[in-house]
Parts: sequence; structure tokens; C-alpha cells
Amino acid sequence: MTEFSVFGIPILSFLIFFPLLGAVLLLFVDRRNTLLIKSATLIFSLFELFASVPLFYKFSNTAKGMQFAEKADWFPDWGISYFIGIDGISLLLVLLTTFLTVICVLCSWKAIEDKVKEYYITFLFLETAMIGTLCALDLVLFYVFWELMLIPMYLLIGIWGGPNRIYAAIKFFLFTMAGSVLMLVAILYLYYFYYAQSGIYTFNVLELYKASVPLAKQYWLFGAFALSFAIKVPMFPVHTWLPDAHTEAPTAGSVILAGVLLKMGTYGFIRFAIPLFPSAAIDAIPLMSILAVIGIIYGAIVSMMQPDLKRLIAFSSVSHLGYVMLGIFAFNMQGVQGGIYQMLSHGISTGGLFLIVGMIYERRHTRMISDFGGIAKVMPIFAVFFMIITLSSIALPGTNGFVGEFLILLGAFKSNVVYGTLATTGVILGAVYMLWMFQRVMFGQVTNEANKNLKDLDRREIAILSCMVFFILLMGIYPKMFFNKMDTSVTEYLSLVKNKNVQARMLEPGAIGAAKVAADTTNTNMTR
Amino acid sequence: MDALIPASEFGLIMPEILLTGFALVLLLIGGFTRGPVASKISGVLCVVGSLLALYFTVNMWGTNLDVFNRLYTIDNYGTFFKGLFLVILILVAIVSLRYADREEIGSGEYYSLLMFGVLGMMVMTSSHHFITIFIGLEVMSLSIYILCGFLRNNITSVEAALKYFLLGAFATGFLLYGMSMIYGSTGIIDVVELKRYFLMKQPFSVAMFIIGLGLLLVGFGFKIASVPFHMWTPDVYQGAPTSITAYMATGVKAAAFGALIRIFYTAFIPFQFGWSGIIWILAVLTMTIGNITALVQRDIKRMLAYSSIAHAGYILVAFITGDRAQASSMLYYLMAYSFMNIGAFTAIIVLQKKGDNSSELDSFTGLGARHPFIALCMCIFLLSLAGVPPLAGFMGKFYVFSTAVKAQYYWLAIIGFLNSVVAAYYYLRVIVYMYFKDPVGDEGAVDRAPQYGLVMVICILALLYMGIFPKVFVLMAQKAVGIFG
Repeated sequence: MTEFSVFGIPILSFLIFFPLLGAVLLLFVDRRNTLLIKSATLIFSLFELFASVPLFYKFSNTAKGMQFAEKADWFPDWGISYFIGIDGISLLLVLLTTFLTVICVLCSWKAIEDKVKEYYITFLFLETAMIGTLCALDLVLFYVFWELMLIPMYLLIGIWGGPNRIYAAIKFFLFTMAGSVLMLVAILYLYYFYYAQSGIYTFNVLELYKASVPLAKQYWLFGAFALSFAIKVPMFPVHTWLPDAHTEAPTAGSVILAGVLLKMGTYGFIRFAIPLFPSAAIDAIPLMSILAVIGIIYGAIVSMMQPDLKRLIAFSSVSHLGYVMLGIFAFNMQGVQGGIYQMLSHGISTGGLFLIVGMIYERRHTRMISDFGGIAKVMPIFAVFFMIITLSSIALPGTNGFVGEFLILLGAFKSNVVYGTLATTGVILGAVYMLWMFQRVMFGQVTNEANKNLKDLDRREIAILSCMVFFILLMGIYPKMFFNKMDTSVTEYLSLVKNKNVQARMLEPGAIGAAKVAADTTNTNMTR
Repeated sequence: MDALIPASEFGLIMPEILLTGFALVLLLIGGFTRGPVASKISGVLCVVGSLLALYFTVNMWGTNLDVFNRLYTIDNYGTFFKGLFLVILILVAIVSLRYADREEIGSGEYYSLLMFGVLGMMVMTSSHHFITIFIGLEVMSLSIYILCGFLRNNITSVEAALKYFLLGAFATGFLLYGMSMIYGSTGIIDVVELKRYFLMKQPFSVAMFIIGLGLLLVGFGFKIASVPFHMWTPDVYQGAPTSITAYMATGVKAAAFGALIRIFYTAFIPFQFGWSGIIWILAVLTMTIGNITALVQRDIKRMLAYSSIAHAGYILVAFITGDRAQASSMLYYLMAYSFMNIGAFTAIIVLQKKGDNSSELDSFTGLGARHPFIALCMCIFLLSLAGVPPLAGFMGKFYVFSTAVKAQYYWLAIIGFLNSVVAAYYYLRVIVYMYFKDPVGDEGAVDRAPQYGLVMVICILALLYMGIFPKVFVLMAQKAVGIFG
């Protein structure tokens, strides 16, 4: 295991608690000195980013299991420990988080003028919760961070959001909480179940992976976990909080919501729901795939009809996250890797789109597509960035979106042609709504007087968008750099799921179990 | 039986003696002098007396003895609760130092009754003899009936006192009936003796016993404010002086649960199947009705009253299981619950104006901008009540519901957790008013006083510490319930 520390503090703990330290320090800054608050937050988040970059280099591509792991007793009598670590999957998400936080601080620079101090404190607090959620390998620790993420996001939407912010904030909170409390019951059940089986009280996930839960119980437990994560993703029937939350949130809130928070749902499936209850997950393939496909197509169609830019992008998220779910539930190398890659690239490209919308909103104070038109002539630099990010969202080859989507479809076709075919229509629909939107906003004549004198991007905004474009191209042109990191982890994950599934079915009484094993091994091709 | 009582046994009830002594002195002070100075002195004496009693109580930890011919018991369970009551008393007394002056209710009697109330609670939880338990309950109740009506010129306060007294008298009657019927059917009035008796006999064939048990439940159900015996709670909590509301919501509930758990977990566990069904229904109703009614309240005190009903429901969830080792979860919960409620009611006191006993939701509008510190404190208390980690409220819920899951009451745990989502809505609504809405007009100054700040900071630190490092407190609670064996 690679050891690495900053100021003598193990790296992951440092990454988790450094933003919190920053937030506490900010408490003591005079609230009128907004420039100091902003710069301090920027320095904190930049330092956090720089501290997280070495993770990428020090991370061993070939080592199995968790790296940079730390373990300390928290409450040994109950088997709760402070156990954190990352593998190739969470590594990339942690980096995405630290990167997007910097972007968010920069993009809030001028947009937030009210309660500046509280805003940045909330943001740093959110960063702590997000990184904690990604690193936690103890179910209680995970749950604590998971719930902790809710509060700052709730405040971000509710205090700095749009006109309908209170409704959106409460809806966001209640939806997520309703899902997660069911998960907590399942966690507790699993905890006592594992104790009955092995005589050990533990919330350690890696330990709990070993539990062999009977099929009938797996369905319930998987259901509870899956509901909680599906709400966060969000998957089709429980997605309704997302458009409201996105529309009302401030730009930075939307970026972080789309970029990181939604990924917590898909990440939860990979880290917890599926490996803990693999047989149930495999039996749920039809259900989850169909919901994913509905999400892809439904999200795309609804996007098309949205008059509001932010709402349009929010629904496009439903569609994009549908791909991720489809990839994960293809249960093969391409699908899962594509799903993870899509998680990252959705963070970049949709985050970028929200930034774009935020920038135009700051100038015009409207997000209605009908208020725009011909902006490309007035703001040429803006147009270039907007175009690139739009194309990345459509998954044009050469951009980041293409790699993930292509792999997902490859994986989906391999596991089930019907889902693959249906999902492919989403690609076309995606191009339709994005390009149509782009055309209406950017091209044609400038019809609205107010749009004639819009200022083009300033240096700060160019810097922000350049970072995004840099990653769009890097991830599109040289994906190997990222796949190298996740190869081992994904392989390990798939073989774990496969072995546990076979094991669980063998234990089932009667021939049904054995017959299903045979059927599963032919159905789901788990090797590359 | 030896009628003589060894003098050494008096040393074991030092906290009770101290409280009585101080309360009597305060009563005398109240009889001879009045006015703010006397009130201040009484308040300080009350705090000092409670601190002394707390010191002796802490020293008592680990002692397990039956004293006074088994009428009274010193054990970890009782000591745990005594400590909790004394901490509640100290916090409430500190708040009263300012609040009682402001409302001009401060006097020797006020503090004396606070101390007598706690004395009753302590007696109630430190005995397994029905008569002693009953006497403790009466001492507590009578003190609080009077305290509720201390705002003599406020009609709601007087109404609260009268309502609480009338209904409380009935409930006490039921309780006494219950105890006497159990005595009538078994011939035993001591809980530990009952336990031995049930090891040999099956009581469910005796109708009188069943009725007695039912009446006992009714009596305690009233005190813990469980549905359907909760009707008095909102009116009384709203009408009583706010410091007394905090005192009642935490102390009385903890005391009633303390006695209830002791009686049931000592003696009635062998036929847990017999009463768990009824309490299952009570728990679900208590949680659900409490939370759903709280949703529509506009007055925060009233809302917290309904929320306290719901919290009683959460504790009942663990109570049903009859798992002796896990009874500690209820103790932990009561402890966490006390800190968050005292904190929340203190924040309400800060915002109330002199002579105005209401606490409209609107008075919280824009508080985050007007008084960031008070808003932050209130926010933390509400989040803890809602069960958000890493605060103690979360650990409490986690512990209580894990007890239910362990005993395979899955549906109960699920209903409980879903209820906490409903509850989150109304707690969050206060946060919405505090932070998401802009202040309207000039709300005037609030009653800023170091006493309130001190109590709120103590509560916050306790909630954080209990939430992040639950170990110490859980182990303490586990030692306390060790007496159930």
C-alpha cells in the first residue's frame, strides 16, 4: 500500500478535513472583507487540488484493493471504524471533486454578492462531505458523510437559489433523505446478519463483501440500497427533484450537483449496492436497464421541449446518467468502464454547460431560450467555448463524451441487443436537443435589443472555461491515461461480483440455483 | 424484618438530602424576601445545590445497593438518571437566572419547586418498589403543576396548569389503580419480587393482572405523552413558562421513561409477547400522529411539543423489543434528546419578548441575518432533532432503530425512519424561515444574555461530543442497564 502524507497527516484524511479547517478559519474573517474571504477560499481549494494531484501519480495501476487506506477505531464495540481508502474508481471521482470545487469558487466570484462569507463556508463544508463520501469504506462513516452532503447543498439551493428556491431545496432534501433512511435500515440489517453469520460486528465494507446473503433477502436489501442511490442518480421515476434543484440552484451549486453529487448515486451502486448483493443486482438487470433506457429517451425528449436553458441541461443529465446506469448494469468490462468514464465526462461537460448558462445569465438575467438568438455575433469567444462544450455533451468523437458513451453502448450491445439499440436512439436525440438549443441561442439575427451590447467573456471566465475545454479534449484524445488507473479495480470488481453471485446461487436449495448459475454465466460475459 | 436503618444508608442518598435541604432553604428565602435580588440569590443557590448534588451523584457511580428495607435502591441505572436530571436542572436554572427575572416570576418558590421536581424524578427512577415510585411521581407532578401556572397573569399559563393538573390527576389515579391491581392479583408490590414470581407463574390467566398492567401503561403513557394520551401536551407546553416547558419536555419525559423501563425490563420481560403488540401500535401512532400534527403548527413551542410526542414514539420503538442489553439505546436517546430540547427552548426564550409567551414561526424570519449566532445554535438543535449526522440526534436514532432491527422489528424501524423524514420537513421549515427569508421590518432587540449563550454552547458541545464520540456515553448507558442482567 502506498503511503503518502501532507504535513504528516495521511493524504486522504488531509483531503477530507482540510476544507473543513478552511471553513472554520473563515468563520473568524470579518464578513465585510469579501475579497479576503474569496481569495482565502480560492487558496484553500487550490491547495486542496494540488494536494490531490499527487494521488494520481502515486496511485499504483496494478495493485489490487484499496490504496492510501487508513484505519482507526471509532467505536470498536459496535465495529464502527474510521476506515478510508480509494481504488481506481473513487480516485478519479476525488480528483473530479477537487477540480470542480476550484472551478466553482472561481465562477461564484462575481455571481454571489449576498452573504458571501456563509456561501464560501458552506462550499468548503460541502467539499469535505463529498470527499469523505468517496473515501469512506465503513458503512456508518459513509452514511454520515452521505447525509452531511445534504445540508450544505440544501443551504446552497435555499439561500442563494432562484425564485422558487425554497420548494426546490426542501424537495431535494426530503427525496434524498427518504431514500437514505431506507438504506440505513438495510445497513443495520446487513450488520446484524453478518454478525449472525460470522460472529463479528463490523460496518467495514470490504469485510461485509464476504457475507453470503440468501437470495430472497438480497432482493430486499438491494432494493433499499438501490432506491437510495437511484434517487441520487437520479433514475427515471424518482428523478423529479433534479430539474427543480438544478433550475433554482446558483451556478456553482448546479455545477457541483451535476458534477459530483449525482455521481454519488452511481458510485454507490458500484461500491455498495452491487458488490454487497450481486445476485439481486444481476436479477435486477432487466428492471434497471429498462429504467435506464427510459431515462435516456425520456430525458432527451423532455429536454427538447424545455424553454429554460438550465432545465434543459438538467433533463439532459437524466439522459446522460441513464447511460451510466446502463453501462454499470451491462456487467462487462466495457460497460462498467464506460459508465465510470461517462461519470467523469458528464461532470466536466455538464458542469461546463451550467457554467456557460451561468455566464450568460449574469449578463442578461434570463435563461429563456426565446430571449436569445444571434449571440455568436455579439460574443465570439463565448461562442467558441459554448460550441466545444455542446459538442462534448453530444459525444462528438475526439471529445470526452464520445469515449464513455461509445464504451457503454458497446457493453450494452454485448449484454443485450435490445437495450443497446434503444439506448443508441438517445445519442441521436441528444444531438437534436443540444444542437437545436445551440442554434436558437447562438445563431440567426439578434432579435432582442438587450442582447446587442453584451460583453464578451473576461479573463476569469476564459480561464475557467479553458480548464474545462482542456479536460474535454484530454479525456477525448488520450483516455488511456484514465483507463489505466481504473483497469485493475474494475476487473477486481467484476470478478468479485461474479464469484459472489455464483457462490450465492450454489447455496440456494434445489436445482433453480444451479440452473440460474449456468444461465447467468452465459448471459453475462464478464471478461473483457 | 429489621426496622432500624443503619446511618450509613443516609450517606447513599446524599444527593436527595442536599436537594431537599436546598429546596427548603429556598422556600424560606421566598417566604421572607421578594424581588430581583432574592430571585438572583435563590437561582444561584439552586445551581450551587444542584452542582453539589451532581458531585455526590457522580461519586455514587458503581454503587449497587438496596437501602431502607428495600424501599429505595442505589444502582447505576438510578444514578445515570439522577445525573441526567441534575444536569437538566442546572441548565434550566441557569436559563431561569435571566428568564425568571425578565418575566418577574423569579422567587424562592420557583427555584425550590424546580428542585423538588427533580427530587421527585430522582426518587421515581431509584426504586423498584411501587409505592416509592408512586411517591416520586407525585412529588414531581405536583411541583410541575404549580410551575406551569407561574405566569399568573397569562391566561394560557393558567390554563396549562389547570389542564395539566386535572388530566394529570386522572392519569396518576390510573397508575395507582394499575399498581394496586397488580398487587391484588399477585400479592407483590416490589418489581424485583414480581420478577421472581413470574419465573414460576404465568400471569396472563388473571384478568385483574392484565387490567392492572393496562392501567399502568395508561398512567405512564400520559407522562411520556404517548398517543392517545398526548392531548394535554401541546397546550401545556405552549402555555407554560418556556423555561418550564424545557424542564418538562426533558425531565418529566426522562423520569417517566426511567420508571417505565425499570418496571417493565425488570419484571415483565418474560411475557414481552403479551404487551409488545399493543405498544407496537402505540409507538407507530405516537410517531406518526406526533409528526404529522407538527407539520401544520405555526407556533414553535407547539411544534416542539408535537415533536416531543414523536420522540417518545422513537423511544418506544426500542422499548418494544424487550432486549435488555439494548435498553441502553433508550437511555442514550433520552440524554441526546434532553440536550437538543433544552437548547431549542433556550433559543426560543432568547427571541421571546417580555410578557409574551408565544413563539410564532414568523418571529424567526430572517434570524440568520439579524442574529447569526442564535440562528446557528437553533439550526444545530433542529438538525440534531431531525437526526442529521454527526450530531447526537443521529446517533440516538441510529442506536434506537438498530435495536429494533436487531430484534427483527423491520417494519417498525422502517416506519420510524420514514417518520424522521416527515419530521425533517418541519424542522427544516424553521431553518427556511431563519435563513432563506429576508427579515421583515424591525424586529427589535432580542434578550441577549450570557446565561442563554452559556446554556446553548453547553448543549451544542454536548450534542457534538455525543454524536462524534458516542463511546463514553454508550458505555455509561450500558453499565446503567446492566442491572437488568
